[in-house]
Amino acid sequence: MTDMRQLYQEVILDHNRKPRNWGAVSGANRHADGHNPLCGDHIKLSMNVSDDKIEAIAFEGHGCAICKASASMMTGAVKGKSVQDAETMVEEFRGMATGTFDPESADNHLGKLKIFSGVKDLPSRVKCAILPWHTLHAALNAEASTSTEGEADPVPGSMIGEE
Amino acid sequence: MKIERIKNERTITDKATIDKIRADFPILGLQVSGKPLVYLDNAASSQVPQAVIDRIVRYQTEEHSNIHRAVHYLSELATRQYEAARVKVQHFINAKESREIIFTRGTTESINLVMHGYGRAFIGKGDEIILSAMEHHANIVPWQMLAQEKGAVLRVIPMNDAGELLVDEFEALFNEKTKFLALSHVSNALGTINPVKRMTAYAHSHGVPVLLDGAQAAPHQALDMQDLDCDYYAFSGHKMCGPTGIGVLYGKAHLLEKMQPYQGGGDMILSVTFEKTTYNVIPSKFEAGTPPIMAAIGLGAAIEYLSGIGLDNIAAYEHELLEYATEKVAAMPGVRIIGTAGNKAAVMSFEIEGVHPHDVGTILNSDGIAIRTGHHCAQPVMDRFHVPATARASFAFYNTRQEIDKLVEGIRKVQEMFL
Repeated sequence: MTDMRQLYQEVILDHNRKPRNWGAVSGANRHADGHNPLCGDHIKLSMNVSDDKIEAIAFEGHGCAICKASASMMTGAVKGKSVQDAETMVEEFRGMATGTFDPESADNHLGKLKIFSGVKDLPSRVKCAILPWHTLHAALNAEASTSTEGEADPVPGSMIGEE
Repeated sequence: MKIERIKNERTITDKATIDKIRADFPILGLQVSGKPLVYLDNAASSQVPQAVIDRIVRYQTEEHSNIHRAVHYLSELATRQYEAARVKVQHFINAKESREIIFTRGTTESINLVMHGYGRAFIGKGDEIILSAMEHHANIVPWQMLAQEKGAVLRVIPMNDAGELLVDEFEALFNEKTKFLALSHVSNALGTINPVKRMTAYAHSHGVPVLLDGAQAAPHQALDMQDLDCDYYAFSGHKMCGPTGIGVLYGKAHLLEKMQPYQGGGDMILSVTFEKTTYNVIPSKFEAGTPPIMAAIGLGAAIEYLSGIGLDNIAAYEHELLEYATEKVAAMPGVRIIGTAGNKAAVMSFEIEGVHPHDVGTILNSDGIAIRTGHHCAQPVMDRFHVPATARASFAFYNTRQEIDKLVEGIRKVQEMFL
């Protein structure tokens, strides 16, 4: 990807400037913290899940535009969905971002989230896009914190600071 | 054997000289994202000139064998070349003796060697180790591990908002428990050049040995161990036009002699029985196993290359580049330079208001511009300046003003995109 406008589209820049569902859900019954050690990205996710449905979801934290926009759009996309549907989207998004799943060639639930497909060409940025989804998965599975470090890395070791 | 330092009257500033230097580096001709590469990540790793590449190829093609082992032709040749590289390092940093030069894998291993060999033997419970607030993780974590193991305490020299260490506070940290000072010569994240000679003298006045992390200094200024008078000096080959996998620990002979070996194995012994091993003399005591022979010889070639241009010339030209870049970038609204010390190496960390450094890095990359983004393995420095990460451009003597103009243009493009 040489044209950055393909990735940094207005939609992403807008969600970065004005993240939706920003903050914390009061009386949340699911929480998770996500960290990306490379950038210092940090996402705090809170949710209310009842009758197997995500009733409310919000996030806060700091991160790059890719990470924040991904989190913002994710919260909009999974709100009102069943836990199973949200988990399916986690899998589809992760596959799209790592290049193992082509959202153009198979049925999926990603919709507007396909805008993030360009990150698959930027190995060092894949984790930025995936972090919110990892965090969602952790919250749904009652894990308190997660990190993208466990993610299969297209360039082993590239995510950890060197020098 | 004493080689006079090469005094070179030529300065780099004129275009013909820069073009000639750039032609020495084949990688600088690369296209990235369809644009000519603008390599501004020299503080992470510098590029390698053809002379060093050729030297490595010649070694592998005509000279390779294991060293210090056999009596055959190649082994003797490789040994001679490896030891010649040690002497080149000795002259490069003006060490008194070549046995004070230990080859390691890099700065990190050099510091760990001192932590194990000196620290574990001579630093104990309640003792204090002084570090600075601008240290890189490689000069924090080993000492933290030692402090944890021994019950020692780390004391930290604070810095001001410009990224300069506070000298009064530094002096106030010393007491009878102080046993070691580990300090960056040049900060990788801020570019600050610390007054290490004065600080070393002060530590010595309290009988405290000093390790200087010279990873960012060695490629950019002339070094003189006998003048600095530090006890240890650590640096890496790959930041000074050499290959990766080779670094140097300089140590004063009398200290190296009383230190414990770092690793056990071949070459570091005089005799071995199952009852007792007698260790070899320095530097072999610290070079267990087969060392990175090729990389050491490559480092020797890099030193010859740098000396050919002249470290004083390099320092002067890089300083011009830094001033040019600082002036341009400081004038941009919405851009803040982090690290504004009076005495700085050619490192410029910055942040663009409202834009995360990783987005900056990705967008600059699409124009072929390589900078470092992140915490630069110096998280305490990021905390001190209340940023999660920075973007960092770091210059070498093969960079040009035109490249800095491209960086400035790239920053403007990022700002427009995120407006």
